Amino acid sequence: MQLDAEQLITVLAEKIGSTTPDIGVVGIHTGGVWVADKLAAKIGATRVGRVAVTLHRDDYATRGLHPQKNKTEFGFDVNGQHILLVDDVLQSGRTIRAALNELFDFGRPASVRFAVLVDRGGRELPVHADYTAITMPLAGSQKLELTNTGGALRFEILEG
Amino acid sequence: MLTANPQLTPDKRLRHLLTTEGLPKAIIENILDTADQFVSVGNREVKKVPLLRGKSVFNLFFENSTRTRTTFEIAAKRLSADVINLNINASSTSKGESLVDTIDNLIAMDADMFVVRHAQSGAAHLIAKHVNAVRPNVAVINAGDGRHAHPTQGLLDMYAIRHYKKSFHNLSVAIVGDILHSRVARSGIHALTTLGCPDVRVIGPKTLIPTECERMGVSVHHDMMRGIEGCDVVMMLRLQNERMEGPLLPSAQEFFKSYGLTAEKLARAKPDAIVMHPGPMNRGVEIESTIADGRQAVILPQVTFGIAVRMAVMSMVGAGRGESA
Repeated sequence: MQLDAEQLITVLAEKIGSTTPDIGVVGIHTGGVWVADKLAAKIGATRVGRVAVTLHRDDYATRGLHPQKNKTEFGFDVNGQHILLVDDVLQSGRTIRAALNELFDFGRPASVRFAVLVDRGGRELPVHADYTAITMPLAGSQKLELTNTGGALRFEILEG
Repeated sequence: MLTANPQLTPDKRLRHLLTTEGLPKAIIENILDTADQFVSVGNREVKKVPLLRGKSVFNLFFENSTRTRTTFEIAAKRLSADVINLNINASSTSKGESLVDTIDNLIAMDADMFVVRHAQSGAAHLIAKHVNAVRPNVAVINAGDGRHAHPTQGLLDMYAIRHYKKSFHNLSVAIVGDILHSRVARSGIHALTTLGCPDVRVIGPKTLIPTECERMGVSVHHDMMRGIEGCDVVMMLRLQNERMEGPLLPSAQEFFKSYGLTAEKLARAKPDAIVMHPGPMNRGVEIESTIADGRQAVILPQVTFGIAVRMAVMSMVGAGRGESA
């Protein structure tokens, strides 16, 4: 089964509505970055950044370091900045916890809000999204994967 | 190799780092990619990541080295580990305690990782075999053993080369000087060959080039002017006076004349060739001062990269032994 991620980004942008143009839109590698770039264009934000959560993941002790080439980069100073954190999927909430830690290693933002395309349920931490394009509870065995084919984003739902 | 590589787990992950010899290409590349992420940690407001939080890293230096010990210490601290520095030559061994007894005592103090520098080739290997038997979750990193290996130096050199030259596939690398006593040269040669560098040359006097060199797949040159011709990377080595037994060399001046890196000799290499040195430098012995400080030198960046590479290695061997990812 597939979901049109492009359409979900439009829905998400509408829900966010008008925002200050100097907001920093920060995507979480890898899927969140694809979404953040498109979302920033739609809401007219020019400050775009990206975070890699590898160094703050909580499964390092059991699963080791996830080899990743992606790096955290901001084109702006995090200190005093209003930030919209963006990811493709929200499930356990652990990625957001790691992303917040990573973000705060670079400074103290004025505020952080969180926007996600799909909330699939299954939270393991007290984390919620401020903006959600769609809420779609899935079984733990089902996989929800964002694919990028020449810039076109699409969700695939794979039965486990 | 006949015996299993003790530095790898059965599923081919990095368990200890003892040598670059036989280290699979995928693991070397993984270390360099991981180091890439750590390079920028030094520029953050918070120069620390929590990967080794709550772990104890013991720096066991049976042989002095300020730079290597310091960079390992900084690397461990940036990973949030607790670091305990032990200068063993001044301690237990002088009271007659054996190496294995020392290790057992430190394991009893809940050590998670040993960084070992020893004048004896094979010391880190011996410790790794011992901990594999008694405490399978303790990791060992070789920070230089005798003439054998200095793998983190070899890897940081690879990091520097990749950083400046992007790929190893069309590179000519010249390693110059005291190859015989150099664990840096050995670790570099093994890593370069594994990474697919097609042209590795060693340059030095006959007395300082070991006979095994040609078996290692490198070409041997005694004339530096010819050997350095057209190369992309010039790796200078330190003349290790303290390891010389007997008169292998006439004099430092004589050595400089033949094998010291001067502007004249460097002009034979490619115009964009980089100049590397593992430090500490003997200016006027292996390298002319103006070259050491010149635009082609990447000697200080090597030190900075060394921290990131050591962080990468520590975070890989220090990872949990749970199910594989």
